[in-house]
Amino acid sequence: MIFSSLAEKLQDTLAKLRGKGKLSEDDVKAALKEVKMALLEADVNYKIVKDFVKKIEERAVGKEVMESLTPAQQVIKIVNEELQNLMGGTQSELNISSKPPTIIMMVGLQGSGKTTSAGKLARILSNKGKQPLLAAADVYRPAAIRQLQVLGERLDIPVFSMGDKKDPVDIAKGSLSYASSHNCDTIILDTAGRLHIDEEMMEELKLVKTAVEPDEILLVVDAMTGQDAVNVADNFDKKLNIDGIVLTKTDGDARGGAALSIKAVTGKPIKFVGTGEKLADLEQFHPDRMASRILGMGDVLSLIEKAEKSIDKKKAAELEEKLRKNEFTLEDFLDQMDQVRNMGPMDQLLGMMPGMSGSKQLKNMQVDEKQLDHIEAIINSMTPEERRNPSVINGSRRKRIAQGSGTNIQEVNRLLKQFKQTKKMMKQLNSGKLGKGGFKMPFFG
Amino acid sequence: MNFFQRLKNGLKKTQKGLVDRVSSIFSGRSGIDDDLFEELEEVLIQADVGVKTTFALIENLKEDVENEDIKEPEVLMDYFHKELKKLLQDEEGGIGLDDKLNIIMVVGVNGAGKTTTIAKIAGRFKEQGKRVMLAAGDTFRAGAIEQLQIWGDRLGINVISQQEGSDAAAVAYDAVQAAKAREMDLLIIDTAGRLHTQKNLMEELKKVKRIIDAQAAENNASVEVLLVLDATTGQNAISQAKIFNDAVKVDGIVLTKLDGTAKGGIVVAVKNELNIPIKLIGVGEAAEDLQDFNPEEFIKALFSAE
Repeated sequence: MIFSSLAEKLQDTLAKLRGKGKLSEDDVKAALKEVKMALLEADVNYKIVKDFVKKIEERAVGKEVMESLTPAQQVIKIVNEELQNLMGGTQSELNISSKPPTIIMMVGLQGSGKTTSAGKLARILSNKGKQPLLAAADVYRPAAIRQLQVLGERLDIPVFSMGDKKDPVDIAKGSLSYASSHNCDTIILDTAGRLHIDEEMMEELKLVKTAVEPDEILLVVDAMTGQDAVNVADNFDKKLNIDGIVLTKTDGDARGGAALSIKAVTGKPIKFVGTGEKLADLEQFHPDRMASRILGMGDVLSLIEKAEKSIDKKKAAELEEKLRKNEFTLEDFLDQMDQVRNMGPMDQLLGMMPGMSGSKQLKNMQVDEKQLDHIEAIINSMTPEERRNPSVINGSRRKRIAQGSGTNIQEVNRLLKQFKQTKKMMKQLNSGKLGKGGFKMPFFG
Repeated sequence: MNFFQRLKNGLKKTQKGLVDRVSSIFSGRSGIDDDLFEELEEVLIQADVGVKTTFALIENLKEDVENEDIKEPEVLMDYFHKELKKLLQDEEGGIGLDDKLNIIMVVGVNGAGKTTTIAKIAGRFKEQGKRVMLAAGDTFRAGAIEQLQIWGDRLGINVISQQEGSDAAAVAYDAVQAAKAREMDLLIIDTAGRLHTQKNLMEELKKVKRIIDAQAAENNASVEVLLVLDATTGQNAISQAKIFNDAVKVDGIVLTKLDGTAKGGIVVAVKNELNIPIKLIGVGEAAEDLQDFNPEEFIKALFSAE
């Protein structure tokens, strides 16, 4: 996941400091050198890294810090603060016009993901009760209009197009009258990808901007972008005065340093992040939460929000009761698993838990969603009695369950064993005796 | 305009960034000191050469200074060029066709420029009088099939396709059959862009490759896998190359979008860390802007003064 590897490196470095009672200037410098390398390896721009490290060094090597009772904690606090400064503030909302329609214009390099993001954004707005219109102003890339139309069909959101022979300025203007005659209150204008140094093409965007005065210009940036991110963002911002950033493809293993660079150079907030292939995979971005995720403090707020969205409160209360009485059955487990899976991919959820975001275990742990399918199939192949009381499952039942679920006896055995362990763990949790080894996720050893 | 000029034009931005700064580091100072190496580190990292490769390069240079007792910065600049060349040297760019059916499978992450690259390669061989066919193996992204179809129409080249959402392996199978039946020289198979970290999609890609390999063996065809990398990409390109290579064994790299301000230093890192040859580079929108990668010219264009 984005930032996780950066998070891991920073946490390792800071953990080394934490173990020290007294700090020398050299300790701090050595740690900062590692911080610098971690940021550079994450593709944060060199100049920004240099400034960042210098700022921390100036603050950290001072007398108050070094002679304080807990110098390591102080240094960590300073890194934390500076990192939050770098990522910038709390979450920023889209600018909504008081006089509809609100016009949102998507701009960016070729291949950054403008069209897909336009579709995803339309979905979010539509879920919030808006009436979005997608407008196809990319008249250059073959089939770009078609791509937007297909997205519109899938989302059941109207798409305005005038073909690929018209000027983007005319298309933008045309979308305005279409929106008012079709009761659309938000226009998302997809533009062609272009190089930030292509004067002619940048001029075209300026003309579109002047013609329809968008309320929000979003620069779409690929999270895998390297050092060049600052040039791209700076150029687009200088020419168009952008309002925010959409960071795409964050579901890969890019470390996402470009995001930090762009924020630092333009001062404009990252408003959305693309987290996957599906149309639902666009999320609002919370810089403060991301900073704490990087520093291993977890992102409990996002986790709670996700949980609130997808967990049935009544069922949760029942479950809690059962857990307390240790009457937790495989049926409950199946229920619980369904609800958790509704929240999103496991590895993303785990990344939000305090202490988990940078953990090596998490990195090496491929949460295989298929494995979860198998578990579901196994439980579904049991009789109600077996689910409530797994101890009745003998050899021949095991065989039947394995056959019924299309798995094998080993997998059935593993599930039963893990369920037993989970129950044991629940018991410990109830009696408040969770071992020092920390919380171990059941079923994903 | 000859190749060299075109390359130089395309790389003009690269040059302005790298050349001027590299020479200004070495000239205009009296001795070799830590500042010099730090400035060099800055330039290399900002060119996306990558942390690992940058530090290896600088270590080598420091050893050169020690071993050869170098005192003048200008002399060290020659060593710098030599060390860089060492990392890129044996590359042979370009794609050659054998006298049978040649299959090129094009892979890469979303938005790297696969489809456009395919169109350019197809156009190049079509112009040489080769019989070329395309296969629309990106059955996932909305509009991807149409995008390739439009290119096919423009170039007068047949495109084998099924509808969106169909099995990419089946498209590949059909395409090899059709290419064989119609006695094609070259079949280029597009694939859906995928992030290399998506395990299931990488498995699907492996399956497509297996089908192609099996069909190629049966029909006496050769198979080449090209990975398209976006020059704007940072160090993630190394991870992309690694994982795609593990999945479908990459025979060559196409580096696209070198006409921006991205420095393209990632080429050095990919070559240094993975030893996958760079075959083609994209320096512009026009068909002839897809060029054979030539390390000599590349470095010369990169470092020669205007």
